[in-house]
Amino acid sequence: MMDKRVASIAEALSGVRDGAVVLVGGFGAVGQPNMLMDGLAEQGARELTIVANNAGWGRETGIPRLMGLGRVRKIVCSFPKGSVIFDELFRAGKLEVELVPQGTLAERIRAAGAGIPAFYTPTGVGTRMGEGKEVREFAGRSFLLEQALQADVALIEAWRADRWGNLTYRGSGRNFNPIMAMAARLTIVQAHDVVELGELDPEIVVTPGIFVDRVVRVARE
Amino acid sequence: MTLTREQLAARVAADVPDGAFVNLGIGLPTLVANFVPADREVIYHSENGILGMGPAPKKGEENPDLINASKQYVTLMPGAAIVHHTDAFAMIRGGHIDLALLGALQVSATGDLANWTTSPNLLMPGVGGGMDLAVGAARVWALMEHNTRDGQPKILECCTLPLTAARVVDRIYTNLAVIDVTEDGLVVREMAPGLDFAELQRRTGATLTLANDWRAIGLSA
Repeated sequence: MMDKRVASIAEALSGVRDGAVVLVGGFGAVGQPNMLMDGLAEQGARELTIVANNAGWGRETGIPRLMGLGRVRKIVCSFPKGSVIFDELFRAGKLEVELVPQGTLAERIRAAGAGIPAFYTPTGVGTRMGEGKEVREFAGRSFLLEQALQADVALIEAWRADRWGNLTYRGSGRNFNPIMAMAARLTIVQAHDVVELGELDPEIVVTPGIFVDRVVRVARE
Repeated sequence: MTLTREQLAARVAADVPDGAFVNLGIGLPTLVANFVPADREVIYHSENGILGMGPAPKKGEENPDLINASKQYVTLMPGAAIVHHTDAFAMIRGGHIDLALLGALQVSATGDLANWTTSPNLLMPGVGGGMDLAVGAARVWALMEHNTRDGQPKILECCTLPLTAARVVDRIYTNLAVIDVTEDGLVVREMAPGLDFAELQRRTGATLTLANDWRAIGLSA
């Protein structure tokens, strides 16, 4: 029997190692797996590379909490502004940062999940983002070679899940979650609701369970 | 005279075509939606996975899982669709978005766009989705004040700030003029009422040509 449900956040996060590359879903505060992020802070893995659109807000939760605890070696993101902790650590030279245009970030993650090692994109040609990257012309237009972003772990927020790991999302909370779920060796999901197998209409499953390893229920208000 | 922000937004809105898929950048471009005539069906795209985005919700009716690229609560129009991040950027990079309205820090005589940072450290506030929008949208209109607060020109022969993308801007709307970026350089189509061309040229850091059929900007707001 296939059952990806786990009973606790701690169990969901067991085995995340020091030095792991961790994909974190969300755009702004929407679609962020907050309980899994808090759990990762408790779990204690260090020297992490965090891949997320934003570097978070405030200090108390999520990515800023991990950064504040000194657990993050590097962050890969498109828009870090908003986190005081990020500013402090970056200015002090204590955090490595890779800034990536948002569409390129999304496509690098998708490529990793789809078995594509690299791809050409027009985004960033002629800008500082293109420095040091291979440029190739297709049909008279220049493109940058960008590489897939492989990851060890993906932390996902979903709306509904079943025991096979099939997922649905809500509103713009979908954002990076479906592509991150595909791109990691270990995909861990916090879902608002876990329903019986067969309750999710196959026509509306966004992430099929093949991409998911663990599901923990975290009911939202 | 110079146009107010609302007059500028209204002037731009008059040119947004019926049936267009449009992405509005942060700031001044967001204001444009308020002035698009009600008889035009314009479909707004948000980079975080919304096609068919509606206006801000009434107070108390916010959906916590529905935000726009500026992280403000929004609504969905009838006919809207939610997609994940890679699809949202496939719409952009694949040329499916008809029009991107982007704020600008500088625009060059050849349509180079600088709109993401004034900082030499390359990172803040972050690059977000602007580079993808600038290269991917079928048409790019830049919206900005004609001069900086200390009177420096923002339209230049060459941008001095880090580029967002090279040769992408099709049209520039400022509080003084409507200017097309053409093979033959910058062509002034409209000027603020009462402004003379010599004054406009004096306030611009690149050579302008006045179109034979130029006219004064019509003010409806």
